[in-house]
Amino acid sequence: MKVLLGMGGSPDGFDALEETLDRARQAGDDLTVAVLDTSEDYDVDEVEAKVRERLDEAGVETEIHTLSGHPGSQLSQLAEREGFDRIVIGGGQRSPMGKIELGEVAEFVLLNADTTVTLVR
Amino acid sequence: MTGRTYPDEPVDSFPDPPLSFTDGEGREIRIERSGIDDFEELVEMYDRFDPADRAQGIPPVKEEAIREWLDELLTEESVNVLAVHDGTPVGHAILVPDREEAFELAVFVLDDYQSAGIGTRLLEALLGYGKEAGIEHVWLTVERWNESAIALYEKLGFETSNAESFELEMAIRLGD
Repeated sequence: MKVLLGMGGSPDGFDALEETLDRARQAGDDLTVAVLDTSEDYDVDEVEAKVRERLDEAGVETEIHTLSGHPGSQLSQLAEREGFDRIVIGGGQRSPMGKIELGEVAEFVLLNADTTVTLVR
Repeated sequence: MTGRTYPDEPVDSFPDPPLSFTDGEGREIRIERSGIDDFEELVEMYDRFDPADRAQGIPPVKEEAIREWLDELLTEESVNVLAVHDGTPVGHAILVPDREEAFELAVFVLDDYQSAGIGTRLLEALLGYGKEAGIEHVWLTVERWNESAIALYEKLGFETSNAESFELEMAIRLGD
C-alpha cells in the first residue's frame, strides 16, 4: 500500500511515525513522509532532520517531502496527485484534563481529503 | 491554547451550595470537597461510567488507564468536588491548572444520575471553591451537539471563547 504520513514537530506526529514504520515493516508499505509547517513552535528543517535520522535508524527506505503553505490542503493535494492509498496523521494533543484536541490539520484532512485517512492513537 | 478570550466582567458570587439537597428524582445528594484522598472511590466511580457518555477521550475505559488519568489530575493544585449518594460518589467536577495560570474544567455524572440537577450543584460548588482559592480564569471544551451541557455552562456565566475548533471552547472570569 502507498502510504503518506503527514506530520509537524509535535509528539503525536512522532508517535504516528513509529506506528507507521512498524506497519510498513510488517506489511511492506511504500512509505512517504510529508513534513508540514504546522506551528511556530517547530522548525521544519529541524523536524525533517529528526525524521531522516529516525528513518535511517529504522532502515526503511522512505521519501521525505517538506510542504509549505496550508498544511492540510497541501497534504491532501499531494496524496491525490501522487495516487496514495492512505494518509496517516497523528491523533492530536491532550489538554491538561486529558481531553483529545484535534488540530487544524487533522480537522482539514479528515473533512476534505478524498483519500482514506488513518488517525493514529 | 492561544486566542482564548474571557468575558470582560467577572461573574457574581456563586450561591453557597447547600451540602445536601434532594435531586430531581427525590434522592438525597451530598456535595463534598474532594481530592487525592478519594482516589480509590473515584476509580470506582469512573469504572461504572457509561462509555457512551465519554467526551473527547475521557474518562478512559480500562481501570489501569483510569488510574493513570486520575493520577495526573488529582494534584495539590487541582480543585475537586464530589456528588455523593448513599455513601458512593455519583458525580465529580474538577478544575485542573494549565500552563498559563488558567484552569480547565470538567464535570462527570453517572448515567442514572443525569438530568436531575446534580451537574448544576457540582459546578456551582466547584466554581465557588475555585473563586475562594483565588482562581480567575476557567475554560472548558464541549462537543458542539451537546446542547444541554452548553446551556448549563451558559447559565453559570460561561461565554464562547473560541468557536474555530472541532469542539466549542467556553470561558468564565471568576474574579479580578
